[in-house]
Amino acid sequence: MNLSFFDQFTSPCLLGIPLVLLSMLFPALLLPTPNNRWITNRLSTLQSWFFHMITKQLMLPLNKKGHKWALILTSLMIFLLTINLSGLLPYTFTPTTQLSMNMALAFPLWLATLLIGLRNQPSISLGHLLPEGTPTLLIPALIMIETTSLLIRPLALGVRLTANLTAGHLLIQLISTATSALLPIMPAVSILTVSILFLLTILEVAVAMIQAYVFVLLLSLYLQENI
Amino acid sequence: GPLSERHLMDVRLGELPAWLAACDFSPQGLLGGVQKAWNSYYDKYINVKRGGPAGISMLLAGYCLLSYGWNYQHIKCHRWRKYH
Repeated sequence: MNLSFFDQFTSPCLLGIPLVLLSMLFPALLLPTPNNRWITNRLSTLQSWFFHMITKQLMLPLNKKGHKWALILTSLMIFLLTINLSGLLPYTFTPTTQLSMNMALAFPLWLATLLIGLRNQPSISLGHLLPEGTPTLLIPALIMIETTSLLIRPLALGVRLTANLTAGHLLIQLISTATSALLPIMPAVSILTVSILFLLTILEVAVAMIQAYVFVLLLSLYLQENI
Repeated sequence: GPLSERHLMDVRLGELPAWLAACDFSPQGLLGGVQKAWNSYYDKYINVKRGGPAGISMLLAGYCLLSYGWNYQHIKCHRWRKYH
């Protein structure tokens, strides 16, 4: 069997049964349902505090009608965050490295914001296609540019998440391969590579969290324009 | 008490086949067993007054081991590769 560096991104399969669904459902185990007590265990308390903070930050710029999106945006954020972070553990599979999953998340949500805007306030939504104060001669060109940037949004959302995570995982694999290959030959260079690997892992943890945040933030931004 | 009602930890090694035979292997029974196992793990390690990172870390370590097992067929070939 040929080895390529992309083998880590193949969907896990056991005896022909695809396990990607199990990988997506695993993060739910790490988030206990809070019970009705005044003081819960530390994990539930941390979780409640964190979710409240996220929801408040996300809902601040939205008007009353936008608050209906609180549940889906917060749960999407937690979903992406836990999946990205648990993908950094050894031997695990990260479903968000698959473009299919990210497009399946990005495209319907973006389309929902667009349709809400076009249905409830069509002229305001279309008005976003022309920024205020543009010179008259530039108007046709600018409308085409703005339309293109509008239609490319779901693609950008999905590909941004996929590319960031895939690139990070690939870099980690490459640098660790280099480290283990250099260890018997030049231990000093190997130590240098190990320190680079350490810094890269810290970066990957940050990227995992930031990418989840950016995905949901952009969606809430698109919602703000249209609701 | 009777064999079918005891927890797995209270069953002696010699009685294990008899206990397994008395187990409920229907979908509801399996689901109930999984839920009981999860609740007992949760109540013992996570749902405590002064829990630490141990409860979640054991879960994550188990997940890593499980993923290793799922990918074993692929990882097995790494030993014999000339170039990695």
